[in-house]
Amino acid sequence: MSDSLLKWANDPRTAGVVKSLGLPAPVRLARSKGGYVAQPLTGQNFLLGGSAAGHASDVVRSLLQAAGANVLDSLPPVSAAESEDKGKGGAASPSTGDAFKLHGVVLDATGVRTPDDYRLLYDVFHPLMRRLAKNARVVVIGGLPESLADPVAAAAARGLEGFTRSLAKEIGKRGANANLLYLERGAEDRLDAPLRFFCGARCTFVDGQAARVTRLAAAPAEVPLEQVLKGKVALVTGAARGIGAATAERLAEDGAHVVCLDIPADRDGLYDTATRVGGTPFAADISDPATPGRLVDFLRQKFGGVDVVVHNAGITRDKTLANMKEHLWDLVIAINFRAITAVDQALLAGGVLRSGGRIVCLSSMGGVAGNFGQTNYAATKAALIGYVAAQAPLLAAQGGTINAVAPGFIETRMTAAMPLVPRELGRRMSSLSQGGQPRDVAELITFLASPGAYGLTGNTIRVCGQSLLGA
Amino acid sequence: MNYTNVRRVAIVSANRIPFARSNSAYAKQSNKAMLIATLRGLVEKNNLQGDLLGEVVGGAVMKHARDWNMVRECVLSSGLSPYTPAYDVQQACGTGLEAAILVANKIALGQIDAGIACGVDTTSDAPIAVNPRLQRALMDLNGAKTRGAKLSAGLRALNPGNLKPELPANKEPRTRLSMGQHAERTAQHWGITRQAQDALALASHQNLAKAYDAGFFADLVMPFKGLQRDNNLRPDSTLEKLGKLSPAFDRKGGTITAANASPLTDGASAVLLATEEWARARNLPVMAYFSYAETAAVDFLEESREGLLMAPAYAIPRMLQKANLKLQDFDFYEIHEAFAAVVLCTMAAWESERFCVDKLGLPGALGSIDRTRLNVVGSSIAAGHPFAATGGRVVGTLAKLLEQKGSGRGLISICAAGGQGVTAILER
Repeated sequence: MSDSLLKWANDPRTAGVVKSLGLPAPVRLARSKGGYVAQPLTGQNFLLGGSAAGHASDVVRSLLQAAGANVLDSLPPVSAAESEDKGKGGAASPSTGDAFKLHGVVLDATGVRTPDDYRLLYDVFHPLMRRLAKNARVVVIGGLPESLADPVAAAAARGLEGFTRSLAKEIGKRGANANLLYLERGAEDRLDAPLRFFCGARCTFVDGQAARVTRLAAAPAEVPLEQVLKGKVALVTGAARGIGAATAERLAEDGAHVVCLDIPADRDGLYDTATRVGGTPFAADISDPATPGRLVDFLRQKFGGVDVVVHNAGITRDKTLANMKEHLWDLVIAINFRAITAVDQALLAGGVLRSGGRIVCLSSMGGVAGNFGQTNYAATKAALIGYVAAQAPLLAAQGGTINAVAPGFIETRMTAAMPLVPRELGRRMSSLSQGGQPRDVAELITFLASPGAYGLTGNTIRVCGQSLLGA
Repeated sequence: MNYTNVRRVAIVSANRIPFARSNSAYAKQSNKAMLIATLRGLVEKNNLQGDLLGEVVGGAVMKHARDWNMVRECVLSSGLSPYTPAYDVQQACGTGLEAAILVANKIALGQIDAGIACGVDTTSDAPIAVNPRLQRALMDLNGAKTRGAKLSAGLRALNPGNLKPELPANKEPRTRLSMGQHAERTAQHWGITRQAQDALALASHQNLAKAYDAGFFADLVMPFKGLQRDNNLRPDSTLEKLGKLSPAFDRKGGTITAANASPLTDGASAVLLATEEWARARNLPVMAYFSYAETAAVDFLEESREGLLMAPAYAIPRMLQKANLKLQDFDFYEIHEAFAAVVLCTMAAWESERFCVDKLGLPGALGSIDRTRLNVVGSSIAAGHPFAATGGRVVGTLAKLLEQKGSGRGLISICAAGGQGVTAILER
């Protein structure tokens, strides 16, 4: 699972060789250890841009400040150290001691309603493009297109997606990323947790995404900033290894008691994970029709309910449709699709999912884009995109949310086993020129599982380093 | 200390992996791997994940030095709360039953509400030790203070003659005789014939096979590493086939063969014991109750004093006296088949007026038992005998028999190395 190019490109002894060969030079991505902290943006310079017609700026300013950021309305003049650096063609480098560093930009584009308003995008970003630090964050906040009556205004809002994604591609080579939040009018106070996530190190592999922040789900009684899952019970399926194990670990770091589920054949991995995270193992085949009922009884008897459900268990059985055996088709549908809906139905019918519950489904890049030889797999993963969108309104009154995350190339045992060429292509064909870590997916899942993410429901968010596939 | 309210001890659940002949299906398994799998099976069957139990007690007879805290290590991988304490015990083949007695006693006295007794053994992953001379040289090297002492110890450690490892053996340290040689002598003393032993061995296989076919073990034995049943089981064996084997321990005139003795075996078992209240609170039905236990030991240094494996013949009459029961007051007899000869010698002793009067100090013979109630679903000759796991197998099996019957009483007798015996009574 080691990415040699990532090592060479970041080793002073070999960086020159990587560069002169014209190879992509991925940046070591910023990541956070441990659980959430109250002020994740401490000491970071964030530029806040916007127009007078926008309605998010005031809230964003106070939220960023509360998160510890140093909020700027304009850029300071270019310093001597910085201009010397720029002459080398790079972004501000760590070697220049006191040079100003721009760690992030948040643009309130909720006032962008006409083609003329697009000038705001140029005016804010053009001057700063060469001044973004490594691992910088860009968050554009736009109006929610489907809620805007004026077609031109809706078009102007929707166009922000093209802008943000292209911007993301431009800054990806320095490990920086850009994401868009479509903000429903009146949901401004729901921006706290999303801003903390999208402006922070934890969204390091979430790039070029558009998420909707809406008023749909009822607000929780309290929104903690640290140990955000304390007292919560989380179920993670497929927890024996990879993304599931990383998710169980990450949820536990923020205080959740994690019920780890995996198939009996993977008991060793399952119990290892459960023991490591101080959780509870539950060995079961999720596609067995008896499992949902057993699981509901177990959760009720042991914990009286469950607060977070992460549907991570899934399999691939790749074959072209022409060569696909019937049972392989059925197996993938049973595990990746039917089992998830069956468990949710049992949890909801049994009243075991507590109010304010959070459901996160693991979709996939293949579900977004389709993939050769994965007709069965992609069908199930795309189905989950539709499932979370349709289920979201049904959970909203109880304060529940449901979202999907769609991982791209993640460094796991599965990708380590891929042949060299597809593996290298998978890693490099993205804005960040590298694969993500299971923990990067776990970070997105944990954000969506947190009480503060109540503004997000029905979304499918990719965690793919802005992979070129299916963008 | 609670001297007044002794509580009833319920056998709530039992689990074991199929037993496998040495160096077969579990050749690559360690004691820990087998015991962890068995504990997990018991935990999952009873939804004990994350639960804090009073204690887990168990052991292994053949144990690596590195597994000095084996049961506690296994508990940490069992799914039980990591706050569950555990300790290792070892009483040779009596280990498993002794562990159950220890847990039961603590429950009865109110010290704990629930616990697990377990045992595991492997002869496929035996603890081979370095030669004692090499071990001594290495210890001296470790403790040497001067350069000369270090050199001298180091040279001794390098002596190629010291490379020969020390293999564990199924042998009594005092008599230098193997267990089979001892059993052969006792069989000759009691005049036990080859035919009687072969018949008992055949019944063991037939009873075990029948019980598997009837689904008796469905909730007692979990599949493990490709095995669904004990792989020593020979359902189609016959007296003719058994009769063809030559004696294993006494080439001339011996009666014990590989087929009428229990084989070297790998396996693990575990039993969940608790108060009735604890079981009721969790909706777990009670299989049977643990009522009496008795251990004994004999002086086996000379066969003329007593046979190595005859201690249960002493333990059981003492226990019967305390329980105010007759030998015939039982619905089931589980007499561990270390050798068919041991079972037959024990029964012969009870039938002998001379033995009962002279050795046990009783007024007369205990009498004979109804052979149709003996080892009715097979025993160690057919299932195999992973030393410390046999106690758990027998307790689980007898509890299930009593549960099926609905009421009754069963007697357990297990002989152990060192001239020891561990016995118990279960009832329902």
